[in-house]
Amino acid sequence: MKQPLLEVDGLSKWFPFGRGFLSRRRGAVQAVSDVSFTVPAGTTFGIVGESGCGKSTLGRAILRLIEPSAGRILLNGKDVTKASRREWLSLRRNMQMIFQDSYASMNPRMRVGSIIQEPLNIHRIGSDGERKERVEFLLKTVGLQPDSLGKYPHEFSGGQRQRIDIARALALNPNLIVCDEPVSALDVSIQSQVINLLNDLQERFSLTYIFISHDLSVIRYISNRVAVMYLGKIVELAGKNDLFSNPLHPYSRALLSAVPHPDPDKVRKRTILEGDVPSPVNPPSGCYFRTRCPQVMPVCREISPELAETAPGHQTACHLIGSRKNC
Amino acid sequence: MLRVTNQESKARGSRRFATVRLFTRNKTALFGAAVLLFFIVVALGAPLIATHRPADMDPSLRLNKPNAVYFFGTDRFGRDLYSRVVYGSRISLGVGLSVVASTTILGALLGLLAGYFRSVDEILMRILDGLMAFPGIILMITIMAVLGSNLFNVILALTVVYTPRMARVVRSAVMVQREMTYVEAARAAGAGDLRILLWHIPRNCVAPVIIQATMIFAYSVLSESSLSFLGVGVPPEIPSWGNLLSDGKVFLRRAPWITIFPGLTIAACVLALNTLGDGLRDILDPRIRKKKI
Repeated sequence: MKQPLLEVDGLSKWFPFGRGFLSRRRGAVQAVSDVSFTVPAGTTFGIVGESGCGKSTLGRAILRLIEPSAGRILLNGKDVTKASRREWLSLRRNMQMIFQDSYASMNPRMRVGSIIQEPLNIHRIGSDGERKERVEFLLKTVGLQPDSLGKYPHEFSGGQRQRIDIARALALNPNLIVCDEPVSALDVSIQSQVINLLNDLQERFSLTYIFISHDLSVIRYISNRVAVMYLGKIVELAGKNDLFSNPLHPYSRALLSAVPHPDPDKVRKRTILEGDVPSPVNPPSGCYFRTRCPQVMPVCREISPELAETAPGHQTACHLIGSRKNC
Repeated sequence: MLRVTNQESKARGSRRFATVRLFTRNKTALFGAAVLLFFIVVALGAPLIATHRPADMDPSLRLNKPNAVYFFGTDRFGRDLYSRVVYGSRISLGVGLSVVASTTILGALLGLLAGYFRSVDEILMRILDGLMAFPGIILMITIMAVLGSNLFNVILALTVVYTPRMARVVRSAVMVQREMTYVEAARAAGAGDLRILLWHIPRNCVAPVIIQATMIFAYSVLSESSLSFLGVGVPPEIPSWGNLLSDGKVFLRRAPWITIFPGLTIAACVLALNTLGDGLRDILDPRIRKKKI
């Protein structure tokens, strides 16, 4: 089998709290717990889940913007968590990020030209003239006018700014781009433009995306494989079509049943979840989803289900699937 | 691929232009700036504006009332008070500007370090808190008493007292900026702490520094006068505004003009700086700004 571009193995991130001078209470928020997956080169890996499920933390931990607490991240077979400072700088060139809020992600007092050029300056790539040329090429690539160079970020619309953000991420010619909700803040019409741009760029520069979103229709459009996250864990991981046509985990089913359908007369069976997401400070025993699961069983309280292959290329973490097989 | 035009963004105009427009509309700031400018012109053009030499004595003309030749009257040695006030602006504004420059450089440096590195923050801020716990004037008098009174030591004493204020302002601005997404984006691009600290953050902390600098300018002018008045500031032979006040206090009943004119000058200068500071705060504060544009 070809080596995947990115391999995440047992990645966890917990944020400790209560380490104050006099405070007794200590604990940790489990933002991401024991997440493993692989992403082959040139594909898009979608991560979907509701707010606070740890998908953004996962994206940032992969780029080490947040230092992971445990686990390994292999890029082309090299462990980036163990890389030395110097190695890491060259590894980082291959991994870039696109942010949700394009306005906040740019220094408001820098001109667009220097914003896009900055990665090249940091990594000392090419002469000054070559860098300028590259910036102009990038602007053209993402469909912006060359005169945008001398302007400030606030002079652009949201869609244009997202294009600038994409141009900056492309500057170093990376293999992997983590897109953290890149279109969530945009109008629907602009969303499709940006997504189409991302698709074009993927083909042109053979990019690999990790695409984080809470929008199932966007995920369905752009991804090859999709992971569903709940409370810091991946509960289901499958190919896009497989997941959307045959979701196995009760949470995925509930999530998918909430997607509006274009035909209003179509009779749908909706699964409505009761209650709230439990606190990640004090998650329930056994399966994290058992407090809201419509098909909860006694075993769910005791044992945390492992993410296991339930069909070829389809992994699910649920006791229900195993028991069904046993019957 | 769709080309996005920049038509609409052009219409919005640039932010720099908006700042200038807001400034001309803000009467308080404009007034402060005008008065300050007047004082700066007086200080620079002192030899042309003064009618006499500030140190020329004439015992036959002691304690003359203000008249057509001696606009502000004369002091006990028969020196022209008007010329002394004009020349005094050089000392007072000079001290003020020097203090502003040194507190800004020092305060910005300390504030950047404290705001960015939490470990530095713990230690540095406790020291600065300690300095701020002393009443400013007592600390200044102590420093002057230990070091001796000359112009340089006045600037030094004022710098010690006002640097913590500047450092605090810069620190809090940096702490806000440190958490912004653009810092994370810079880090994703490979930027290290040094680049973020010196290249990305300072340019977003300019507004509070400008406001604080104006305020420190005003305090410095006032404190220099206080120190000189108390006799621990600028040496008495130098005509600073505080020294002029101090000279007049003995003759407060017989020749009140010796105290009144320098006093009014100090008041006008400090008022101008304070109104300028207030006006700038209104203009540069983004929350107020949004409402007005």
